[in-house]
Amino acid sequence: MPRTTVLRESEDPRHTALVRLTHWITTAAFFALLLTGIEIVISHPRFYWGETGNVNMTPLVNLHIPSSRGTVPTGYRVLPDQNGWSRYLHFEAAWVLVLTGLIYLGASLWNGHLRNDLFPPRGHRTWRAYRDVIAMYLHRRPPSEVSGAHGYNVMQRTAYLTVIFVLFPLIIWTGLAQSPSLVSAYPFLATALGGRQSARTLHFLISGALLLFVLTHIAMVIHAGFRSHVRAMITGRRSDTPAPTQAAPQPVASLPEQP
Amino acid sequence: MTPISRRKLITSGLAATAGVSGLAVASHLSRRFGLIPPDCAGPYGLGTTLTYAAQRLITTHSLAREFPRGMISKMPFANAIAPPNDAFKAHQASGFANWKLDVEGMVAHPTSFSLSDLRSMPLRSQITEVACEEGWSYIAEWIGTPLIDVLHSAGILPQARYIVYHSIDADWWDSIDMADALHPQTLLTWGMNDGDLPVSFGGPLRLRVPRQLGYKSVKFIQRITATDSLKGFGKGLGSSEPEFGYSWYAGI
Repeated sequence: MPRTTVLRESEDPRHTALVRLTHWITTAAFFALLLTGIEIVISHPRFYWGETGNVNMTPLVNLHIPSSRGTVPTGYRVLPDQNGWSRYLHFEAAWVLVLTGLIYLGASLWNGHLRNDLFPPRGHRTWRAYRDVIAMYLHRRPPSEVSGAHGYNVMQRTAYLTVIFVLFPLIIWTGLAQSPSLVSAYPFLATALGGRQSARTLHFLISGALLLFVLTHIAMVIHAGFRSHVRAMITGRRSDTPAPTQAAPQPVASLPEQP
Repeated sequence: MTPISRRKLITSGLAATAGVSGLAVASHLSRRFGLIPPDCAGPYGLGTTLTYAAQRLITTHSLAREFPRGMISKMPFANAIAPPNDAFKAHQASGFANWKLDVEGMVAHPTSFSLSDLRSMPLRSQITEVACEEGWSYIAEWIGTPLIDVLHSAGILPQARYIVYHSIDADWWDSIDMADALHPQTLLTWGMNDGDLPVSFGGPLRLRVPRQLGYKSVKFIQRITATDSLKGFGKGLGSSEPEFGYSWYAGI
């Protein structure tokens, strides 16, 4: 039996060691990518569509923020250049994120985490299921009122699946499409997106979508109980409520083994 | 203790042994086949080594995209680099008549090429994109002498593993491995868009490395050195770029 489906009464599923480990590695890699990505953007805070774009050309989007390069006309003081280490760290964190993601994906396919915890269960793949969850959030009803949804509700499942199967593949593709060497071997990486500058613009937009997900995720964790949920993601244990006092303290070894 | 934990113990023991020996083999092979960049030390060494090794396994022979003439940028961006020093200005005043390219190091006959020597060799013209690490780019037609022809004409020795190239500014130099040095699109460029290569774009001579970011295409080239080790150049990081915090390999 896949460990990830172990439920106790109406409690959330605990997280497997693999989920917890990959979650925090991905978190670290994401924030490294976000910080260094912002740093790289400010060396040229303009976005173009098509193959080429530079300060002599009209941008699709001009962020109108200060730049770390004097060659970009922004009207602001030039910021210090931090691109060197930012680029090193950006690509290193990208490797960490991609390799961690592959391990997570492979293991989750293998142990049923995807099938059991993330794909909406049979009977919940309906608009009605989504409506119920939205109504639950809007009317601030406790999650238990959404019938039959063990673990994550359909909105959560959809959000996680979108990140795993839509946003991550797209952010990786649009990133790789900006590698002059990789594109020399696989030109379609860039041409299918409309060119190098289109890839860069899409990379920026998708990173915005990922940031939106992370902010929503943090907001929902705070809404649901920050301490208990973060503790569950660190130790795997969910102990919102203190252990029942009437029961004799059980020896640790006899508790169900937490993977 | 249950049988499961014994099985776990054996499996993790085997996995650890396999992992350690796998790493040892990988490290040996990657050194042997030139998959380790010169800036592999430090906190970012893992990332840049993975990138370089992956690119060398995937893209050793691939050709940079070439574009139709209609896609040549009408407004290319030269980047703000002033002609560097008095020596350069003297060359500029004399129309670069005395500009020389010295080829030295691991070559059978060290040779000094004038610009007209280079122009009399078989030329190659290609329409490729310059992509800057900052994010901007442009497409231009680049006309020049393939580096491979110059290296062969000086008798490059088989033990050479890197080509180091120096601009007229002593602090601006870089290097590439032989996959890029012997690559047909790596050009000692002296022409751009049907004219001479303008000084703002690196004239009279710029080494164009189209499969890497713009900063590898060093302007005002005066000297190239064939070598089997980058240790003796600068801080041994393969280029002046890592000394400013930028990665040596810029194919990403």
